[in-house]
Amino acid sequence: METEVVHTNFKSEEYFINMGPQHPATHGVLRLLLTIDGEIIKKVEPDLGYIHRSIEKMCERDSYQQIVHLTDRMDYLSANINNEAVCLAVENALQLEIPERVKVIRTIIGELTRISSHCLWWGVMGMDVGALTTYFYGFRDREMINDIMEETCGARLTMNYNVPGGLMLDIHPNFVKRVKDFIVHFKTKLPEYDRLLTGNVIFQKRTVGVGILSKEDAISFGASGPVGRASGYSCDVRKHHPYSAIDKVTFNEVLKTEGDTYARYLVRIQEMWESLSIVEQLIDNIPEGEHRVTTNAVIKLPKGEYFQKVETARGELGVYIISTGTKSPYRLKFRSPGFSNLSLLNHIAVGGKIGDLVATMATLDLVIPDIDR
Amino acid sequence: MTKEALQQLIGNWLPELEFTEEESQFLNIHVSPQNLHTLMSQLKSNPETQFDYLFCLSGVDWGEKLGIVYHLESTSKRHMVVVKVTTEDRDNPILDTVYDIWATAEFHEREVFDFFGIRFNNHPNLKRLFLTEDWVGYPLRKDYEDDVNMILY
Repeated sequence: METEVVHTNFKSEEYFINMGPQHPATHGVLRLLLTIDGEIIKKVEPDLGYIHRSIEKMCERDSYQQIVHLTDRMDYLSANINNEAVCLAVENALQLEIPERVKVIRTIIGELTRISSHCLWWGVMGMDVGALTTYFYGFRDREMINDIMEETCGARLTMNYNVPGGLMLDIHPNFVKRVKDFIVHFKTKLPEYDRLLTGNVIFQKRTVGVGILSKEDAISFGASGPVGRASGYSCDVRKHHPYSAIDKVTFNEVLKTEGDTYARYLVRIQEMWESLSIVEQLIDNIPEGEHRVTTNAVIKLPKGEYFQKVETARGELGVYIISTGTKSPYRLKFRSPGFSNLSLLNHIAVGGKIGDLVATMATLDLVIPDIDR
Repeated sequence: MTKEALQQLIGNWLPELEFTEEESQFLNIHVSPQNLHTLMSQLKSNPETQFDYLFCLSGVDWGEKLGIVYHLESTSKRHMVVVKVTTEDRDNPILDTVYDIWATAEFHEREVFDFFGIRFNNHPNLKRLFLTEDWVGYPLRKDYEDDVNMILY
């Protein structure tokens, strides 16, 4: 009969390890200082600033047209939505009347950006938990959106398509057709995503019940976007503070109540369906008209304070402008979704294993330039 | 609640509060550093206001003064308010933390400390967040100067 061997010579001890700044699962140059006991995580402390460019300080120097260009270097996967946020803030401050055509195109482009960002997230998410195939599937479908963007504005990643007052260029004649082709294509591919990863037993074992965030904590930590909604917290800016043409379409805010990694995964998958439906509702109804209203070459905002929030693929982006009436803001603050979402990582990762941390990080969907502005 | 109703309700709590709407879409409340924490916990816990979501915490250098702007929203009642606090001591500015009221403030206050040098009483882990520990000065202050990395005007 076997007897249990008790090792009295060995003590359990806590020690530090570094995860990052060059770790593939941190998706960028983020360093996590882990305090672990064996395989169990006791504390996670993020070390930030590896790519901080001081965008907020640069904004105090630049004109409002130039600031738009800096914003797509923050969360580069939601570049168009970031641009839109600054443009909306400036337009509201100047009380510009924006043509309906611009609003509709901005919304379509924004939702395409969201799908493209979620595609990339889905690919990387699979790769983080050991399914390499998803990476290629996600990038294949994202490529079609990138091609549409390239034809529309000449850039694939940092678009700078929005300017204060409207859009830099009108849409390409092929735009409507290509977007429709994409909708048809992607509707056949999304069920494939589910067949490949969602129902997979190994994937579910890695994600169900891991990294649970309660609704109260989600609100207290300022979680937003899919992270908040997976905890049952209704935080979609498009629902609560509609902007552009969002109030013209019907869509559901995807809510789950489990709050675990798997729920965050499902929310994003479902959001791609919702975004597709928004684009479908608008693509046949782009009104005719101007693509831009003229503004002064030097934009000076009236003295005062302006706040604009939009829903990026990661959550709530806030732009807070304090103007003293000059050509540059006195102070400009970006409230970035990734920053708040990162702050809750320690809370949900403690008590889990390092492997769980990787899965949890994947569904927080952090983009480091968004945190290190 | 409307801005007027909020102003009437909150105005009864502390006599010293100043309300403005100075070219802003929100109701602004100016509070002194001594009463900051009292006001903030009231705003969160009062059943009429329930400001449970701190969505933006920004440090601002007003020239003479340093200050913080808190943007608050209630997730159940969907009204918003802005709280502003300033301190005149530029050499050793100290304010109370609101980390115990909204957990998100822990990181945001570290960011403010990093860039504006405002210290927070009772903060659990107040150290530089983005910059290195040996960095001299606070870059987002208006009088900050750096020979090497200066952003030129």
